[in-house]
Amino acid sequence: MPLMTLSDAIAQHVRDGQSVALEGFTHLIPFAAGHEIIRQSRRRLHLIRMTPDLICDQMIGMGCAERLTFSWGGNPGVGSLHRLRDAIERDWPQPLTISERTHAEMGVAYQAGASGLPCGLMRHYADTGLDRVGGPRTLACPFSGDSLLAVAAINPDVTILHAQQADQQGNVLIRGIIGAAREAALAARCLLVTVEARVERLDAPLNAIVLPHWLISAVSIVPGGAHPSYAAGCYPRDNRFYGEWDAIARERERFQQWMQQYVLASRDHAELLRRLRVAA
Amino acid sequence: MTVTAARQLADAAVCFVGIGLPSAACNLARRTHAPQLVLIYESGTVGARPQVLPLSIGDGELADTAACVVSLPEVFAHYLQRGRVDVGFLSAAQIDRHGNLNTTVIGSYARPAVRLPGSGGAPEIAAHAREVLVIMKQSPRSFVARLDFLTSCGYLGGAGERARAGFPGRGPRAVITDFGILRPHPETDELQLCAIYPGVAVDAVRAATGWPLRVAHDLQVLPSPQPADLDTLRALHAATAQAHAVAVRINLRTADAPASHPH
Repeated sequence: MPLMTLSDAIAQHVRDGQSVALEGFTHLIPFAAGHEIIRQSRRRLHLIRMTPDLICDQMIGMGCAERLTFSWGGNPGVGSLHRLRDAIERDWPQPLTISERTHAEMGVAYQAGASGLPCGLMRHYADTGLDRVGGPRTLACPFSGDSLLAVAAINPDVTILHAQQADQQGNVLIRGIIGAAREAALAARCLLVTVEARVERLDAPLNAIVLPHWLISAVSIVPGGAHPSYAAGCYPRDNRFYGEWDAIARERERFQQWMQQYVLASRDHAELLRRLRVAA
Repeated sequence: MTVTAARQLADAAVCFVGIGLPSAACNLARRTHAPQLVLIYESGTVGARPQVLPLSIGDGELADTAACVVSLPEVFAHYLQRGRVDVGFLSAAQIDRHGNLNTTVIGSYARPAVRLPGSGGAPEIAAHAREVLVIMKQSPRSFVARLDFLTSCGYLGGAGERARAGFPGRGPRAVITDFGILRPHPETDELQLCAIYPGVAVDAVRAATGWPLRVAHDLQVLPSPQPADLDTLRALHAATAQAHAVAVRINLRTADAPASHPH
């Protein structure tokens, strides 16, 4: 597990055209890593996130993505992701191919990917609209005859997570809401992790969620790396910012200005947080 | 509407909660008549007892007050699909006369007029929860003759089609709106108006519905909400607004700290 700057980690491991999963369910969203991908102008990415959230809204609006796999694309409790909508409804800044699933299907798809299976199974009773646009994928259970839905595995080229701590060897500890982060990590060909802090020992309970260092291609120390999402035990979700994002992202010009003024003009995440007056 | 929705929840039920109005109704119920209500959010927070309403489904408030926090694949497979959820609480942009829900698109899927957030956990909640409560404002745009997209299954085409398809959950038991309550007819599964708030005219409800709305022959008038319930709800919203307006400050020096022990 090499410890490196986030800028080096993205430069070395994320290439144009790759499939990149950024996971963390509302909690621990790897914003700093997403911003660095924007700064380094990656193109034609296939983004994978259950809830695209503001980070994919930004990456899509900045032209990084040509494809998105997701299951719920809104600004939680606030409304739309305007950049995502603009891409789907009006092809701006470029057409976006979507591959849409349910949360449960995404969970099963990551689990299958993490287990080395081509697909995972769920119960199925009647076709929804998504089943119709997704094509046939039901089969009969060989034991019970029950109707099952097969969900194709997701194996991202790169999965990026944010976590609270890494120890001296690079083992990573995640606390709190976990979503499908562990499955997304184990399904990936390359795993990058940003952490709030490096510590001597993790002091984790035996059943804690620890990603062993040898699974990880790079660890970068990025305090505040989940902001405006949060890191339990470190800082809360910036619900105020999530509210403000609605007006920032609604129009193309204001969005571009904001991205230029804050993300692109900042060398790194610490500088961005100072510009946003979140950090001193 | 929120108070009426809360009243639909029996104490000690296990409830899978969506964000927004459902979350407000469930937390009001937990603070009033149903203190033992078990709230499960799709973020994997099981038995959450939030002091303020979460803005997102995964706010720290939910994890901090939960009995346990499990992964998302686990909450959907082990809790929902396994049949451990009594009540699923949903909302939507569109509902049809058989309680089918659309949260995906207005217009065509390939080129939508309005792209909505999508499925999230709703299709599986609608399938597996023993029963479903729907809460949404009623208008001809939201209560439609034909959905633009079928995201989550209610009673499908009605007249027992859902039961014949083998769904483990029985489907929407009630649709709580800003006019009253609609419930499925026992034979046709078609939503009909069963209760209205005091002062609501049936014609106004008909005008807010995109299909010829049937009215139950024993239409009830709901009691006015108790002042205590309204006070509790207002206090909850006020505390929530205050909590969400707090400015976040991050200490960039945490990286230099020795072994820290976040709780």
